Amino acid sequence: MAESTIAILLVWVIVFVYSILGSVDFGAGFWGMLFGNREGSNAGALANRFLSPTWEVTNTFLVMVVIALVGFFPTAIAMLGTALLVPVSLVLLLLLIRSTFMVYAYSSRKYGKELNIVSGVTGLLIPGLLLSILPISLGGFIDINPEGVPELHFGRLLGSVTLWAHLGFGLTTELFLASLFLSDYSSESGDRSAYLLYRKAALWLGPFTLFFAVITTFTFVPEAQWIRDGIEENFLWFIFSVLAFIFGYSALLWRQGDGTPGVPRVAFTAIIIQYAFASIGYGLSHMPFIIQPYLTVEEGFTDPATFRALLIAYIVGLLILGPAFYLFWKLFLKDKRYLRQE
Amino acid sequence: MDNVVLARALFGSSMAFHIIFATLGVGIPFMVVFAEILYHTKKNKHYAILAKRWTKGFAIILGVAIPSGTIVGVMLSLLFPGFMEIVGKVIAVPFQVEIWAFMLEALFMSIYIYAADRLTPTLRIISVFFVALGASASAVLITDAHAWMNTPRGFDLVNGEVTNVDPIAAIFSPSLYSTALHVLSSAYMTGAFVIVSLAAYKLLKRGSTKEERAYHHRSLMLALVVGGTLSLFTAINGHATAQMLHKYQPEKLAAAEGLFETTSHAPLAVFGVANPETGEVEGGIEIPWALSFLAGNSFDTVVKGLNEYPQELWPPLYIHTLFNIMVVIGGFLIVLAFGVLAWRYVLKKSLPRWMLWVLVSSGALSMIGIETGWIFSCTGRQPWTIYHMQLTKDAATKSDNLPTLFFMFIGIYVVLLFLTAFVLRFYFKRHPVSKDLTPDTPILEDEGVNTNG
Ligand code: HDD
Ligand code: HEM
Ligand code: HEM
Repeated sequence: MAESTIAILLVWVIVFVYSILGSVDFGAGFWGMLFGNREGSNAGALANRFLSPTWEVTNTFLVMVVIALVGFFPTAIAMLGTALLVPVSLVLLLLLIRSTFMVYAYSSRKYGKELNIVSGVTGLLIPGLLLSILPISLGGFIDINPEGVPELHFGRLLGSVTLWAHLGFGLTTELFLASLFLSDYSSESGDRSAYLLYRKAALWLGPFTLFFAVITTFTFVPEAQWIRDGIEENFLWFIFSVLAFIFGYSALLWRQGDGTPGVPRVAFTAIIIQYAFASIGYGLSHMPFIIQPYLTVEEGFTDPATFRALLIAYIVGLLILGPAFYLFWKLFLKDKRYLRQE
Repeated sequence: MDNVVLARALFGSSMAFHIIFATLGVGIPFMVVFAEILYHTKKNKHYAILAKRWTKGFAIILGVAIPSGTIVGVMLSLLFPGFMEIVGKVIAVPFQVEIWAFMLEALFMSIYIYAADRLTPTLRIISVFFVALGASASAVLITDAHAWMNTPRGFDLVNGEVTNVDPIAAIFSPSLYSTALHVLSSAYMTGAFVIVSLAAYKLLKRGSTKEERAYHHRSLMLALVVGGTLSLFTAINGHATAQMLHKYQPEKLAAAEGLFETTSHAPLAVFGVANPETGEVEGGIEIPWALSFLAGNSFDTVVKGLNEYPQELWPPLYIHTLFNIMVVIGGFLIVLAFGVLAWRYVLKKSLPRWMLWVLVSSGALSMIGIETGWIFSCTGRQPWTIYHMQLTKDAATKSDNLPTLFFMFIGIYVVLLFLTAFVLRFYFKRHPVSKDLTPDTPILEDEGVNTNG
């Protein structure tokens, strides 16, 4: 395998992990806000209990996406950085407001409700905005001006159907993944009423995500015809993906031994697999471009000596952090004492 | 304002904002480690309460440090794409490893706060140790990138193309050791002096109980010992850093000292304004021969002056003032810390109110030292972003949306500064020490800065 292929594979893995973690994180913030003041239900508190120890770790993955791009594809980052100045700055501002207000809300119960609304709503917008990078990378929205500076046609982007389809896809995915995850989390915590609430939300949202995913492929601008060809070539992956969706969604309807509807662990796992298949298919269709038509994976690649040093850094980092992640998982996602707040 | 100036201003202000929280994020866990260790050796409950309350404050501060750090990290790519292209090819490793350090810190931070009641004492110390280690490691790693910008190694630029990359040489650039030590020790000392300020302020309050005073006194003395020791250390390695400048960045040292003519037996100018017309520092105090001694440990060391360089490559001359402020603060805090400790433990007198008031100022002074030091170092590198390799105007973005973004970011920073101060005050008002000090409150009680569930 060429070194640049290994590099883009690593970037792909990191982006995939972040898109799942980020969806669950921002979505949980929104559910926490929505169900926060519901009488007689623990659903909001549960979402917040999950968020408290995890949002910092999730945020670190976002930074890792950027840093991985800087290290592996510095030319791409230089180009994207110039073109995406405005949209990414907006994401940064929202992120700053979201995280700080969330921490403020924990520290001041008196104003917790109002502060939570700010962080819930800003968090809702972030994944959609991040996803808008995808249509931009497909071509048609960036031009290189005569001085060699890449420029984003912001007006054209805002007026395009494809952007809004991507935003809708980002939004529904975020809420769907978060509600699925939280149904599993609440069932693990033994909180039946919260579980049923999140399961219901997941049941509603599931079809919408699939709808937006399919619709999005029909909205690609003419410049992005190449990715549609790519998708046709890699169609098998998308078939697998839909099958995984059907399996996972149906798991929400199965009955457990005690008559409780749905098996959330199976549903969540299958939906992750669905997204993994779809992203593999999308990633393969996107090759060889990072930004069509200006930059291919090969052209954007970093210096080989730096690449090898980074690879070593990754291996050492995983060895050190592996045990720490294990401890973290055991304490917050597994330990019944934390989940049930005994 | 043109693009380059705006990009510099926006990035510089964002860093100036981040560094407040980042420095505390390095300094306060360091103090918590001391408190935890003292608690387990002396078994005095006060130390456990100190550790707990500092950690609560730290958790709020981290809520700003992390997103503001994310902002500066991403902003580098947005505002200085030309620079990041070289960074990615040459010095990507410390940025990458920094992520591991962040993860280490974030994981153990959550474990230390949210799982405190489920950890054994040893595991508690281990987790707070890893929090401090993660924060310090991330400071060293980002400083590594900064040191490389000042003394770039490990690559050649041929017709604007990066070649002959040697990541190891880039990582271990010559200024790494002195700069990293200086950054770490100044962050630890700032963490300590901020605690000194808070404790001194509480001691000034009338009408607190004897127990509360004993508690704040313990906190004050612990922080003074740590802060005093580290400020001495900071001054000593600051001296080493100045010698590094003498060797590798003579223009910066010359501008810092307002020296125009190359000479041996160079004088040290304190305060005053460097005037490029007359080639002198006006209105300052001159200490004869001192600069030569500072730069090379002997009076006949030849120190290069600015006139050796074309004027368009001079750093801005006001960095002389920034440098002076940092050094004067450093000197003052050494005298203050050891003076008060001697007063208390050698003369065995209690601290008068005016002395406490002076101590209240130490935290803010230390933070000003950090800010002026950094602005000195980054601005003193101008007009270069990578010293003698890449000019700032070639590194900066050519996009022209900066004015709006500039005002948006500055606005939000100002709002968040006030809100954070307000939330911290609000939190500690609602959870006064007196509540923690009552014998029946469990120390590890789980409330406040964790879930609102
Ligand atoms: C509490 C803060 C503080 C204090 C009291 C001092 N410093 Fe400092 N100094 C810093 C905080 C700092 C810093 C913010 O951490 C800097 C900015 C960049 C860096 O490497 O460290 C710095 C940079 C810095 C530099 C420039 C390094 C460069 O451009 O690469 C020099 C020459 C010194 N310092 C020297 C001193 C001396 C001789 C001091 C005598 C007391 C001193 N500093 C006290
Ligand atoms: C944390 C405290 C820091 C502060 C307060 C700070 C401050 C500043 C300021 C004021 C500028 C604008 C300089 C000018 O144009 O006159 C600047 C530029 C810059 N700094 Fe720093 N800086 C800090 C740390 C760092 C670190 C650790 C790095 C290394 C990664 C760094 C990298 C840069 C870059 C790339 C620029 C823009 C290019 C340039 O103007 O040279 N800064 N910083
Ligand atoms: C020497 C100056 C600096 C110090 C001491 C410092 C320290 C810190 C600390 C203590 C944190 C919180 C860490 C955590 O718990 O995750 C943090 C966050 C962060 N800093 Fe800085 N920082 C400095 C400069 C910079 C610069 C120049 C950059 C950009 C290149 C940067 C990028 C970041 C990022 C991306 C985060 C967020 C990490 C996360 O998501 O966890 N920092 N910094």
